[in-house]
Amino acid sequence: MQQRTDTPGADRAMVQAERVTKTFGRGADGVTALDDVSVTIRENEFFTLLGPSGCGKTTLLRLIAGFELPSAGRILLDGAEIGHLPPYRRPVNTVFQNYALFPHMTVAQNIAFGLEMQGKPTAEIGGTVARMLDLVKMERLADRRTDQLSGGQQQRVALARALAPHPKVLLLDEPLSALDLKLRKEMQIELKRLQNETGITFVFVTHDQEEALTMSDRIAVMATGEILQVGTPKDIYNHPARRFVADFIGDINILDVDLDKIDEGRGVVRLPGGATASAALPEAEMRPGAVSVAIRPENVLLTGPEDGARTATGEIERVVYFGSAHNVHIRLDDGPPIVARAPHAPGGAGDRAGVILPDEHLQVLVD
Amino acid sequence: MAEAQSTLVDARRAAEVRERRARWLLLAPALLTIGIFGLFPLTITLIYSFLSPGTYGGVTWEFSTDAYVQFLFERDIFDGTLEFSSTYLQIYGRSIGLAFVATVGALIIGFPTAYFIASKPPEQRNVWLFLITLPFWTNLLIRTYAVLLIIRDEGIINLGLINAGLIDRPISILYTDTAVFIGLIYSYLPFMVLPLYASLEKLDFRLVEAAYDLYATRFQVLRRIIVPAAKPGIVAGSILVFIPGLGAYITPTLLGGGKELMIGNLIALQFGSSRNWPFGSAAALILMAVVMVALLIYVRNASREGGNHG
Repeated sequence: MQQRTDTPGADRAMVQAERVTKTFGRGADGVTALDDVSVTIRENEFFTLLGPSGCGKTTLLRLIAGFELPSAGRILLDGAEIGHLPPYRRPVNTVFQNYALFPHMTVAQNIAFGLEMQGKPTAEIGGTVARMLDLVKMERLADRRTDQLSGGQQQRVALARALAPHPKVLLLDEPLSALDLKLRKEMQIELKRLQNETGITFVFVTHDQEEALTMSDRIAVMATGEILQVGTPKDIYNHPARRFVADFIGDINILDVDLDKIDEGRGVVRLPGGATASAALPEAEMRPGAVSVAIRPENVLLTGPEDGARTATGEIERVVYFGSAHNVHIRLDDGPPIVARAPHAPGGAGDRAGVILPDEHLQVLVD
Repeated sequence: MAEAQSTLVDARRAAEVRERRARWLLLAPALLTIGIFGLFPLTITLIYSFLSPGTYGGVTWEFSTDAYVQFLFERDIFDGTLEFSSTYLQIYGRSIGLAFVATVGALIIGFPTAYFIASKPPEQRNVWLFLITLPFWTNLLIRTYAVLLIIRDEGIINLGLINAGLIDRPISILYTDTAVFIGLIYSYLPFMVLPLYASLEKLDFRLVEAAYDLYATRFQVLRRIIVPAAKPGIVAGSILVFIPGLGAYITPTLLGGGKELMIGNLIALQFGSSRNWPFGSAAALILMAVVMVALLIYVRNASREGGNHG
């Protein structure tokens, strides 16, 4: 396995979806699973499709794998159109949600299957299977039947089976969802290691935002058949562009405010408490009027009740302790509730407190 | 303390006795049925096969192995010497061959049928299964006559082909092995489709997707994934078609015209016009032995192959 190299060419497009639409059923009963979706996944990237169930992420994955054909649009793999090829003609392999290991074959036979179907010579198959077993640390269980394996072991076999033919892209359909928390954490690290060691582009589907943030190079957040935002985990977390993205990933305060004007690429908004602030704008075109701004609880500064022009004051409703910090729920005098995260609680329920919402952490959202 | 323990042991023992009695009671209807309708007639058949034939049917109580000797040898009418004869072996051979071909035919037709039903949405499957079992609602004799009407020289197949100008003279199908073959497949196809469906229905179609994903073509998916998964159904279906096919009586009589004897006809003949009950009994028992040996070999091979595959 070659080591992953960050050459300038690493930004090359590996998978491109161009205006892809997928509709199931016909006429009035038809359900649009994907609506005019375009996305580019780069070579060697760990790319995650993140969204709630029914958002179209699995459909997009199945379109890349070839289990479904697009109703409209093109799918390109490494520059070549593959949208209408059957799965067995695409150099793409899948790790299925429930692994789909062949029950009548041993671990080694499962891993060898793809290579056999490709018509590789026996000697080469043996070598590759041994390397794959080593890669996923399953050498000792090569001759076991797959129904005698634990969930984590089945997971490793499924990975080895999909990686053995050295596909250009590995598709992973919620592969960790059946594992318990501890094993899931281990496998997250393991997956990242495998991606680094093999240099294969990974496309990972999950509904677990924490999993997505931990593992991905880039994330596409999806809802109702659309891609809402694509970006690095930091981008997505710190600068959610859409209300849905902000809400779906992590805890966040969303405040209804007035956008007064747009000044040098930032929005001037009127915060609760009367202060004006400058918030980051999403890429979409914005007009002055009622908008939402978002701020993470950990970016809300707690102050004393009367502490200057930027401070909004309110009453502490409750304090929730969760180990590493406190969540302080405050109802501001102007009405909206807000949550601040702080290592120490400034007081208890009923006490007065003030908050400051720093400009650099304020983000205007598109609904 | 010791007293309490011994009471406990007693109670447990009593429970065990009760349980054992309940088990036998529950088994009793099945055991009785097997005994009265299975073992008892079989014993009679076994005893009769070692007796001498009565002049007007039935048996006379005289021990004799003639029935079995007769199966392989012919007794010269004049000097009474035994000479090897393959007449009956040929009948068995032809019957086995025809039943085998019918089984393979039913498998080839039944597999796609079962796969088709299994791939339908669950709420539609029962309709298709109902259609499969629909022929059973009519008596086998009637259905066989229906087949006869279809394939005879003036039947719709031949008339249709002649009217379409494809043939000049009717193709004679009736009273040939082909007719028996068609009749057997038609009669026993549901016995193939149902067990095949039962195992294909359990097939996880994600395995099929996984195989496609791993570069297997449609044929390779069939051979490497679907057929191994359907193996129990293939074994059960083949047994269910082969055995009744081997002993079939109505189909070869009506469609084969009774020109060339099949095992079923041979046995019926012994209890009928030939009035040789011991030989009929022996022929039936030999058939049973053949089937049992064939089954043992088949099942053992099938399970070993399954074990090798995975």
